[in-house]
Amino acid sequence: MLTIKGKWLITKSAISLRDMSFLEMLDVLNNELIEKGDEPVSFDHDCREGICGSCSLYINGEAHGPDRGVTTCQLHMRMFKDGDTIFIEPFRAKAFPVIKDLVVDRTAFDRIQHAGGFISVNTSGNTIDANTIPVNKADADDAFSAATCIGCGACVASCKNSSAMLFVGAKVSQFALLPQGQVEATDRVLNMVKQMDDEGFGNCTNTGACEVECPKGISLENIARMNREYLAASLKG
Amino acid sequence: MALDSKIPQGPIEDKWTNYKNHIDLVNPANKRNIDVIVVGTGLAGGSAAATLAELGYNVKAFCFQDSPRRAHSIAAQGGINAAKNYQGDGDSTYRLFYDTVKGGDYRSREANVYRLAEVSANIIDQCVAQGVPFAREYGGLLDNRSFGGVLVSRTFYAAGQTGQQLLLGAYSAMNRQIGRGKIKMYNRHEMLDVVKVDGKARGIITRNLITGEIERHSAHAVVLGTGGYGNVFFLSTNAMGSNVTAAWKAHKRGAYFANPCYTQIHPTCIPVYGDHQSKLTLMSESLRNDGRIWVPKHKKDVEAIRNKTLKPTQLAEADRDYYLERRYPAFGNLVPRDVASRAAKERCDAGFGVNATGEAVYLDFASAIQRYGKEQAHVKGLDENDAVLVKKLGQEVVKNKYGNLFQMYEKIVDENPYETPMMIYPAVHYTMGGIRVDYNLMTTVPGLYAIGEANFSDHGANRLGASALMQGLADGYFVLPYTIGDYLSDDIRTGPISTDTKEFEEAEAEVRKNIEHLINNKGSHSVDYFHKRLGKIMWNKCGMARNAEDLKSAITEISELRAEFWKDVRVPGTANEFNEELAKAGRVADFLELGELFAKDALEREESAGGHFREEYQTPEGEAMRRKEFQYVSAWEYKGEPKDAVLHKEALAYENIEVKERSYK
Ligand SMILES: Cc1cc2nc3c(=O)[nH]c(=O)nc-3n(C[C@H](O)[C@H](O)[C@H](O)COP(=O)(O)OP(=O)(O)OC[C@H]3O[C@@H](n4cnc5c(N)ncnc54)[C@H](O)[C@@H]3O)c2cc1C
Ligand code: SF4
Ligand code: FES
Repeated sequence: MLTIKGKWLITKSAISLRDMSFLEMLDVLNNELIEKGDEPVSFDHDCREGICGSCSLYINGEAHGPDRGVTTCQLHMRMFKDGDTIFIEPFRAKAFPVIKDLVVDRTAFDRIQHAGGFISVNTSGNTIDANTIPVNKADADDAFSAATCIGCGACVASCKNSSAMLFVGAKVSQFALLPQGQVEATDRVLNMVKQMDDEGFGNCTNTGACEVECPKGISLENIARMNREYLAASLKG
Repeated sequence: MALDSKIPQGPIEDKWTNYKNHIDLVNPANKRNIDVIVVGTGLAGGSAAATLAELGYNVKAFCFQDSPRRAHSIAAQGGINAAKNYQGDGDSTYRLFYDTVKGGDYRSREANVYRLAEVSANIIDQCVAQGVPFAREYGGLLDNRSFGGVLVSRTFYAAGQTGQQLLLGAYSAMNRQIGRGKIKMYNRHEMLDVVKVDGKARGIITRNLITGEIERHSAHAVVLGTGGYGNVFFLSTNAMGSNVTAAWKAHKRGAYFANPCYTQIHPTCIPVYGDHQSKLTLMSESLRNDGRIWVPKHKKDVEAIRNKTLKPTQLAEADRDYYLERRYPAFGNLVPRDVASRAAKERCDAGFGVNATGEAVYLDFASAIQRYGKEQAHVKGLDENDAVLVKKLGQEVVKNKYGNLFQMYEKIVDENPYETPMMIYPAVHYTMGGIRVDYNLMTTVPGLYAIGEANFSDHGANRLGASALMQGLADGYFVLPYTIGDYLSDDIRTGPISTDTKEFEEAEAEVRKNIEHLINNKGSHSVDYFHKRLGKIMWNKCGMARNAEDLKSAITEISELRAEFWKDVRVPGTANEFNEELAKAGRVADFLELGELFAKDALEREESAGGHFREEYQTPEGEAMRRKEFQYVSAWEYKGEPKDAVLHKEALAYENIEVKERSYK
């Protein structure tokens, strides 16, 4: 038997739940609720394999729940014991208003990207041959690691200041590490940081909670790199 | 109506260039007066929206997720093909063209495929310029890997997250245009109908998924990049929201639906493990570069493994059956997907499946770990005979290449794939069928285009690995921007399209009627209940092997299930709020129609080709038997019920490739 704090209760035994993912458990719950004539619980999800960044949920006080290096959709019920009480809340931050139940609005992240999360190259295909821009493997690998951020917002939800520095730092770093990203480096970091502030995300006070809860292992180094980029840009600007 | 594929004249190598040289263009000032709707922001829709906006059109883009970055393309793992020949291993435009046509079992259009191969190299240039961090070699140049069905290394990749990196590239190109005000982005909006005015596509009806508001949007042309319909099987590797609704509504408005029965069942997915399972997880084909597939040779070992008295790692080499290497020595573990899937099914049907349900085979990395470990030890000047060290070094290499896939596997199955072979089984993955388009990517409705997985075009009866990403980006970045201009050049004097017309009113009224029915129905079962039942029928009767009798009963069962759905489905809540059940209900309603057409198409196609395997048509060795009489595209016209759909045949001609038996031996 599993109780979910609030109005929901699921009657399956923990044994039959064991092999399910967390979201499959919520599916079972929702189907029970619907067939009983109640309203299901709304939550965001799509790929269910940890890559789209749709799923969120604050589970027992942790973004994406108790497991490390995974998203909620990759969390399995075998992480819980029979008789456990599970608390589920939406991701909370001023910049992420709740839409319904566990669904929040994370479009602030998109707007930060509109402000500079790109390289201004036309998509006409009239670019130079890809191999004329060699990139040292270590930089390419670091750029890739930064680029694996899925935009889930766990970093913001975990931070007591609701700071988005890890998310923004990851994007700034991806481009800062590549030769293609140099031309617009100054404007990019200034514009993205400005937009981040305008959206109402808080300041970074180096608590590091974001790195711990980030399902993709985006490292704090990206924040440091962004700070360096920002400083350099401010001096130039 | 005779189907005109609008293939340009001339030799195949010159068609696309000649075409581009002779089409009508829209001058930049006029583009500002033309609106284009792009539904879908995956690789196809995202790249199209960005490019059209950059050219100067006013673009309105739509997706049902909360951000364009979350489109299903994000999940693609293994890689993207391009005929760059960076490895100097004999690749060329022709070879990519040839591999794709052969891989598709000679059921795709030559001219389209050639164009795809021709523009493929440019995709890589484009993406690198955008900052897509592809994998590189130590010298700083781009790295490649191999995918199934080919003998060269032409697949570019970014670890196991290639789709993510390419989509974020397209998303960043969109963001630039959103920032400039050239794309207006509508997140969490679901398209529920196409609106035709004077026979031309001139807009869409959408539902705002947050507020429930029904909206009208007009444009001079409408582009659908809405993805595939694998979720008709309920369980598939597709994202939960992937659906056929946009394509199906277009079909109902006159767009022919082509080859709905061509489905790709991917050989390497995590097996089904329970009734509550909501989706299946792919283990990328790239793993077959290094993983070897096997089952035990003897039934007694199968038993012991199932009872857990024997571990797979304990089984001697000689007692293993590497059945792909045995049956297909030339391609081995890298045979195309349809072939690999059927071979797994054959072994499991014969009783050699290695898990409790008997539906799993092994994908084993032990040899690769050894090979890489030895190589690394050698490179580093360490002891190649130190087994522990070699294993450790080998595991590091494997982790570097496939780390995220191994982690995914471990989280789901709760076993460590570095130590014990993975268990895998085929699962529904991709749909080659889709909206029928001509060379211009236009559907049979003027002004309505379909790109990416949503169209039927380039993969014939079986898609080769790493070719969907290539096609989506080719369509969106490099093909559609030309072909749509040719059409829109007639619209420079049209002016804005009004939404205050009877056509928009009627379409909107129909959408509202449907929604009201679903909300007011108050039946006894949830949407999932029906979707799962549909999935079972599809998998059992329209799955990896099909026959006339099963297909006929599938048709009846699906149409009965559809009637039951409309009578008994329960959609809680109201129409004017965030209501995922309502969105799901609409999608399943459409799957229930498509499913029937799918079975009908499979019944009509009395041959085996690619992913479509009819038990009645196989060679004595159990290989697919293609039939010359069926060398055509089946394009279905909507006439009310799926059973009344009318078949139009587009004959396929092969002038540049000799149609041969498709052998990978
Ligand atoms: C797990 C997995 C791994 C894969 N790996 C590879 C690989 O390595 N290489 C490869 O080449 N291919 C791969 N594929 C296939 C490939 O990812 C897809 O075919 C491709 O990404 C499809 O892109 P698309 O742009 O056509 O559609 P999608 O990415 O599916 O995008 C569809 C878009 O349409 C929108 N949409 C749909 N319906 C509506 C509607 N009614 N209203 C509004 N918006 C709507 C969605 O919001 C979304 O934005 C993989 C597929 C899967 C499932
Ligand atoms: S940095 Fe990590 S936690 Fe933050 S959005 Fe990206 S993936 Fe999510
Ligand atoms: S649902 Fe896609 S990351 Fe969880």
